[in-house]
Amino acid sequence: MADFLQTGLGITLLMAAQGLLVIAFVMISLLFLVYGDRKIWAAVQMRRGPNVVGVFGLLQTVADAAKYVFKEVVIPAGVDRPVFFLAPLVSFVLAILAWAVIPFSDGWVLSNINVAILFVFATSSLEVYGVIMGGWASNSKYPFLGSLRSAAQMISYEVSLGLIIVGIIISTGSMNFSHIVDAQRGDFGLFNWYWLPHLPMVALFFISALAETNRPPFDLPEAESELVAGFQVEYSSTPFLLFMAGEYIAIFLMCALMSLLFFGGWLSPIPGLPDGALWMVGKMAFFFFMFAMVKAIVPRYRYDQLMRIGWKVFLPMSLGWVVLVSFLAKFEVLGGFWARWAVGG
Amino acid sequence: MSIADLAFYAFAIMGVSAAVLVVMSRNMVHAVLWLILTFLSSAGLFVLLGAEFVAMLLIIVYVGAVAVLFLFVVMMLDVDFEALKGEVARYMPLALLMGIIILLQLSLGIGAWIEADTARELRQAVTPDPLQIENTRALGLLIYDKYLYLFQIAGLILLVAMIGAIVLTLRERKDVKRQNVLHQMWRDPAEAMELKDVKPGQGL
Repeated sequence: MADFLQTGLGITLLMAAQGLLVIAFVMISLLFLVYGDRKIWAAVQMRRGPNVVGVFGLLQTVADAAKYVFKEVVIPAGVDRPVFFLAPLVSFVLAILAWAVIPFSDGWVLSNINVAILFVFATSSLEVYGVIMGGWASNSKYPFLGSLRSAAQMISYEVSLGLIIVGIIISTGSMNFSHIVDAQRGDFGLFNWYWLPHLPMVALFFISALAETNRPPFDLPEAESELVAGFQVEYSSTPFLLFMAGEYIAIFLMCALMSLLFFGGWLSPIPGLPDGALWMVGKMAFFFFMFAMVKAIVPRYRYDQLMRIGWKVFLPMSLGWVVLVSFLAKFEVLGGFWARWAVGG
Repeated sequence: MSIADLAFYAFAIMGVSAAVLVVMSRNMVHAVLWLILTFLSSAGLFVLLGAEFVAMLLIIVYVGAVAVLFLFVVMMLDVDFEALKGEVARYMPLALLMGIIILLQLSLGIGAWIEADTARELRQAVTPDPLQIENTRALGLLIYDKYLYLFQIAGLILLVAMIGAIVLTLRERKDVKRQNVLHQMWRDPAEAMELKDVKPGQGL
């Protein structure tokens, strides 16, 4: 067995199995995330939420997915067929693709590449194509407006996300997620994590992540009161399911990024407790809870407010922070509080 | 043939055929989508060369931002392609002639190009050894240490171009109502509302 795993075929099979494992993890958590999202949302509004299918309604998402798959695919007459079907695939596949570089624990990562952050950033900047292609190929007014909005919004907030990440990279001296997490290791548990030195950027990252994933309060691309359902109007059945799954996976990815970049990934918050993948999953679940709470309690933004806050508030703030952090790290202020090359890189 | 070779041929064939399709496709939006595939396959080639940083930058900058703007422009513009085709057919002979002349010039120029004996050493003297250092760091050293001034000048030129474009297209329109967010936030109920005590049977 051990010999077989050294051969070319063995390595290929092993990689395929690992990839399937990560996809299975993401898809299964997706089922419960959608359920959790609806339950949290319902609890805030003092409703019961899904409670009929399975115990406590736990199987509701499974039933919904099955329903989507078995429904008829309605193709409007004027659509551009290849692009129309490519769009949901693009948004789903790209959302899954980014998980290839996300580590769940020390060494638990599909591919430990040096430019991991850039890879995640590249895939998330490609995700905008799913929306644009979907909106354009539908050949109808509301989807097109939705896709234009979405493209402008995602590009605007990618800029500030990128600059925030630059601050983290400066502090770590590496773009590898394992190095970034290792740089947050220390004697004081959660006070060694990057949320403390990069405190203002945590809030900015969270809000930008909301906007980047088209979550409420920034869900203007599908604002149902204005655009029916934005770029998804003409989609039905499995293509719609793929869009929705891609959206949730992207949100979950942002939760993973939050916990890796600012909250120590798999490191334990209390010194002495063992580190492990459970911490990572717990942190991701917590940030998803925050995403769901924001969806439940914050009213939707107006589009010009969204653009203003992205370009006139977040961009200057994050750019200024990059400059500040470069100086703080270069001169090792506070005993290298912002410069952790010795620990991480 | 190793996996890397296979990947190279896959990316190369994909890149070239997508590039051909950019020119061939009748629909402009399809052309931009093929262009994106071309960018992606060249990013794949960069990864095979071991330049993963450049590959990621290519995707983030060209595919993630520039091509989105292309798509925007192409989707928004209402271009009459039939009229355009007639124009193309009229100028075709002239364009072909110019193309052939340029091709000849280039092939003459490149064919006569002889590399100096010291060129290789001169190049290697400034480049860090790729085996010693990861390529992100190497590129950073080159751009921000070795060629700092050139890099800054390139940045300044871009800045000037950007300001020029903004100045050329900026126009203040007086007849448009604008949202002033700060003004809206500072509104307070005491100024914006007036409470009237209306007596029964009188009205305002």
